[in-house]
Amino acid sequence: MAIEGLERIVGAHALFAGFGDEFLELVSGCASNVRFRAGEYLCREGDPADQIFMVRDGHVAQEIGAPGQGRMTFLTIGPNSVIGLAWLVPPYRWTYDARAQDDVRAISLDATCLRGKCDRDPALGYEVMKRFMPAIVKRLHDTRLQLLDVYGARS
Amino acid sequence: MSTVLAPNPQADPMVPVLARITRRIEEVPDVVTFEMEAPDWNGFAPGQFNMLGVFGVGEIPISISGPASEPDRLVHTIRAVGPVSRALAGLAEGAALGLRGPFGNEWPVETARGRDVVVIAGGLGLAPVRPVLYHLLENRNDFNKVILLYGARRPEEMLFTGELSAWRARFDIEVAVTVDHAAIGWHGHVGVVTSLLRNVGFDPASTSAFVCGPEIMMRFAARALVDAGVAPGEIWMSMERNMHCAIGLCGHCQLGPVFICRDGPIFDWARLKPLMMQEEL
Ligand SMILES: Cc1cc2nc3c(=O)[nH]c(=O)nc-3n(C[C@H](O)[C@H](O)[C@H](O)COP(=O)(O)OP(=O)(O)OC[C@H]3O[C@@H](n4cnc5c(N)ncnc54)[C@H](O)[C@@H]3O)c2cc1C
Ligand code: FES
Repeated sequence: MAIEGLERIVGAHALFAGFGDEFLELVSGCASNVRFRAGEYLCREGDPADQIFMVRDGHVAQEIGAPGQGRMTFLTIGPNSVIGLAWLVPPYRWTYDARAQDDVRAISLDATCLRGKCDRDPALGYEVMKRFMPAIVKRLHDTRLQLLDVYGARS
Repeated sequence: MSTVLAPNPQADPMVPVLARITRRIEEVPDVVTFEMEAPDWNGFAPGQFNMLGVFGVGEIPISISGPASEPDRLVHTIRAVGPVSRALAGLAEGAALGLRGPFGNEWPVETARGRDVVVIAGGLGLAPVRPVLYHLLENRNDFNKVILLYGARRPEEMLFTGELSAWRARFDIEVAVTVDHAAIGWHGHVGVVTSLLRNVGFDPASTSAFVCGPEIMMRFAARALVDAGVAPGEIWMSMERNMHCAIGLCGHCQLGPVFICRDGPIFDWARLKPLMMQEEL
């Protein structure tokens, strides 16, 4: 697909909505369209986190195995969400499996490419960081609620 | 307009009547629903509760979880967490128990007329809001959008799953459920209940919200609703405190200047927030 088409799609995703044209062009240079059929894995625990998935359609379950408890889903996400916050933090490894719950269309950002561009252009790096921070904080906040086990607790 | 019913004025509100369990339904482990009959029972308003007692063990407040439009059907859903609730939940069909009530105020469904209504329930909290859901659906034309967001710990702990499915199949109520975690094979949403708010459309300036669940979940839900633009005075929640008299005499259920049994249990967030924050200090 032409880069201009990708730029439009990347800019239409909630993650980069309103992002400046110049930066959007740089980010889109690392982007490609991907599709996953229901049941397919987007990533596996322990693999290098070399991609960021901006989900456009469909739902993705994030799964993890715990000794004695079997495998469980700890989060599902849908359109306009992002998978792959680990791209920012060394050693850049997936810490869970992500499986398509239904047919998924997403934009995949090449993490090495994006990190390189951000390192070379700190202004871009800062803008990209500002886009990822809210997702990270929201994830942290939600995880805290899950840890609090709010449905059983009295206070 | 539904009226908040008080215990029979001829009777002493501190003296229980003898109620009988006519049907016992095991909902999920540790949670049972009782259909009961009680002498002189005149019905209730959504949101009210009864004091249910097991003789020789004790008495606790339990919300009424059935439809207010069927005054003959008295329904309670109880989770066994301690001595009294466990004794109650262990009662068999035909068993007798003590009942005082109904007590407390009602969900302000009248003020929600013509507005979007968002109901957020967590865990067992679906039981105390079920009467309001029945009311909204029975009087569906009185309200704009009706949305139910329900969160539970695990799929196996979700209450009233049959009814949830039936409501999901309707076109006049939007139902979204989530769990904190699930075994592989669960195809629904996993995440905190407040995350469901991000996926539903409502007009925050014209929304009334009814929230019921553990206090901490209600606090987070209220904050998320305020962040979404809903006025604190339009966010209603049902509070829980240990109770003895249930009629504003003993002070057992006091929260700052209010008695939960007499002034509540349903309060709006504008009033409740400073009280909760004060209590936390
Ligand atoms: C207005 C009102 C309506 C209520 N409606 C219902 C209802 O419809 N169904 C229902 O099952 N319960 C309801 N409750 C809560 C119920 O009254 C309590 O669970 C009960 O008082 C517990 O008494 P107990 O003697 O069994 O346990 P306790 O000895 O009082 O408590 C045993 C343990 O359980 C914990 N605990 C106590 N209450 C709760 C609670 N509410 N949630 C989670 N943990 C708790 C305590 O912290 C303690 O660790 C309501 C409470 C109020 C104030
Ligand atoms: S329980 Fe006695 S004052 Fe509320």
